[in-house]
Amino acid sequence: MSSISATKHHKEPLVHIVKRDEMKIWQAWLVRVAAIVLALLLVGFISMALTKEDFFTIYETMYKGAFGRLGSGSTVMLWNFLQKTAILLGLSLAVTPAFKMKFWNCGAEGQALMGGLASMICMIELGDKLSYPVLLLVILLTSILAGAIWGVIPAIFKAQYNTNETLFTLMMNYIATQIIKYYLYIEGGGSNKINPVDEGNLPIIFDNKYALNVLIVLVLTVLVYVYLNYSKQGYEITVVGESKNTARYIGINVKKVIIRTMIISGAICGIIGMLLVSGTDHSIDTNTVGGQGFTAIMVSWLGQFNPFIMILMSALVIFINLGTGKMADTCGLNSSFADIAVGIVIFFVVGCEFFIHYSVRFRHQRKEAKV
Amino acid sequence: MKRILCALLACLMIFSLVACGANDDVATPDEVADVKVGFIFLHDENSTYDKNFMDAAKAACEELGVEYAQKTQIPEGAECTDAAIELIEVDGCNIIFADSFGHENFLMKAAEQYPDVQFCHATGTQAHTAGLDNFHNAFASIYEGRYLAGVAAGMKLNEMIDAGDIKAEEAKMGYVGAFTFAEVISGYTSFYLGAKSVCPSVTMDVKFTGSWYDEQLEKEAAEALISGGCVLISQHADSMGAPTACETAGVPNVSYNGSTVDACPNTFIVSSRIDWAPYFKHMIECVQTGTAIEADWTGTIETGSVVLTEINEAAAAEGTVEKVEEVKAGLLDGTVKVFDTANFTVGGEPLTTYLADVDTDADFTPDTEAIVDGIFCESDLRSAPYFDVRIDGITLLDEKY
Repeated sequence: MSSISATKHHKEPLVHIVKRDEMKIWQAWLVRVAAIVLALLLVGFISMALTKEDFFTIYETMYKGAFGRLGSGSTVMLWNFLQKTAILLGLSLAVTPAFKMKFWNCGAEGQALMGGLASMICMIELGDKLSYPVLLLVILLTSILAGAIWGVIPAIFKAQYNTNETLFTLMMNYIATQIIKYYLYIEGGGSNKINPVDEGNLPIIFDNKYALNVLIVLVLTVLVYVYLNYSKQGYEITVVGESKNTARYIGINVKKVIIRTMIISGAICGIIGMLLVSGTDHSIDTNTVGGQGFTAIMVSWLGQFNPFIMILMSALVIFINLGTGKMADTCGLNSSFADIAVGIVIFFVVGCEFFIHYSVRFRHQRKEAKV
Repeated sequence: MKRILCALLACLMIFSLVACGANDDVATPDEVADVKVGFIFLHDENSTYDKNFMDAAKAACEELGVEYAQKTQIPEGAECTDAAIELIEVDGCNIIFADSFGHENFLMKAAEQYPDVQFCHATGTQAHTAGLDNFHNAFASIYEGRYLAGVAAGMKLNEMIDAGDIKAEEAKMGYVGAFTFAEVISGYTSFYLGAKSVCPSVTMDVKFTGSWYDEQLEKEAAEALISGGCVLISQHADSMGAPTACETAGVPNVSYNGSTVDACPNTFIVSSRIDWAPYFKHMIECVQTGTAIEADWTGTIETGSVVLTEINEAAAAEGTVEKVEEVKAGLLDGTVKVFDTANFTVGGEPLTTYLADVDTDADFTPDTEAIVDGIFCESDLRSAPYFDVRIDGITLLDEKY
């Protein structure tokens, strides 16, 4: 145990921040769960104060917003929840390899949009020209390619000229959005809208249009986990992320790893774009990804780059989002309240990491302090 | 890993329990069918367009004692389908209403999935050809309201001419429009024809902003029109941009969607708007009594759907109230027709035949003859406007949108 303020003369500050020894894993998780519960309670209390509804109504409404009415026997809202979680999770999975390499890919939004755009173009242009299985294959490949290209451009510049990837990927988002806008302008016939297209839709399994999306993202989750933790390339990513010099020293081609990882990152985004356009929306607009590409950055961090923890984190974010959104609608709050609530929860979850790594001591406790 | 899962599952279970506690709202059947309306709004109460709908929704549902739920900030995309499904599944709504033109296709997707739920959509064009029994469009003959507002504008121009402020040929109005859609063209043309019916020398310049809501652009457009010699301004856009520009410049303004008299006490003349409460009441009563809702419903002055705000005597010309009442009576008894082809020309020629794009298709193909007995029959063939003729006397300054 090391104290930051080791020197003590006349005056000792009231509060000390002390670095903890490594906390036990279960303890750390207890802190995290406590943070989530506290955040949910705070959201509940704020809602109560704003809406004058009672405590249980608040949580009932939140639950309904996410999972649907209890006892209605309908699973439509549950599937809606799973779909939204799957999309957010998929994008989080996409940015994770890049993040692990300390390449800050803030461009998931644009990469997914480009993947979606590729699907849309195939559906419109090739929908009546190719047989269904061939069409699906073409859609899949072009979406992956489009996402990968959008991801690899900043990576090449990073690898060759060491440009700032955060700004570069953010900029690529704007370009993607404008390309979509232009496409809507030429394809939308004055209304700037594309009506849902019936060709080239992903098949429906289990009688549910979201089921395939959820399944594909689950498979991706396992693949990304295995890739990061049990493959040579995954190891290379970790080494490059820890120290580029070490990586070079042990003979890893850093440029190659950066480019290869961003191709993977962009390709997964492309797949998510395809799931959104060909799988569910059958149409595209600038709002198709809906900012989830940015929320994914948060989820990836909250999940500590572990795909399985990211499942829980994306589910949590979507639950809060849908739940408080419903509450805002039901109780006449502004719909921005959902964003505020998600902000509160993320603040708590990120904030609790501080308490996992540091402890706060008051002056008189210092001597007999124990962790 | 297991521990984490257990902890989170436990959390989830606690939530379920909490949620179970208060779930006992069982519907009690009445002699009329139970109705709950779900409203889908493009923006929220900060937009004058949506506020107009939200106020009417509240008024109609409270008057009939019907429950309702709403979702705001729903974009014109797949989110609209999701919002409709949520209103049905979670809130138990059996009428869904969406307020924006672009919602239509996505609302129809939900209508296909829920044949027992009625879907009503404002400003849409496809219900009469879609072949869905539970999907309906509605609009109002707002061109009649604009015509009346135009009469008030013409009276003001006459007053300026009589006072010697302007010469008769300088009676030029300016109009800030959003897009070159039929809805906008129909709106500014009827406004112009209303003014022309009392002030024959009037001309009009139109500028488009390419947005339904852009305060800065609308303000700039109004200022450009004023500096271009327009002595009266009207607009078809949702922000306060044009009205405030007029108040600053001291130029009379005819507004839309609601009164702007508070912000513009010296220049606001009158405003026309659609009151949606009559339609909301109509669709609710149809479902209560098990009657089918029309595929296309057009509200009129008679149904109380097309209304004018109070005329601001401080800015309007003397005798405006009486004149507007007189023309309104004419519209009601059918002696006044807004789009009477005797009152306007196209390229110097009278208009005798016109194919309008009534049945929606991707290429906007004109398909239906709209002129019957010398009258362009706006909103007869479907509720949403389809008058998109460019008539003489109106100059479009830009057509980029």
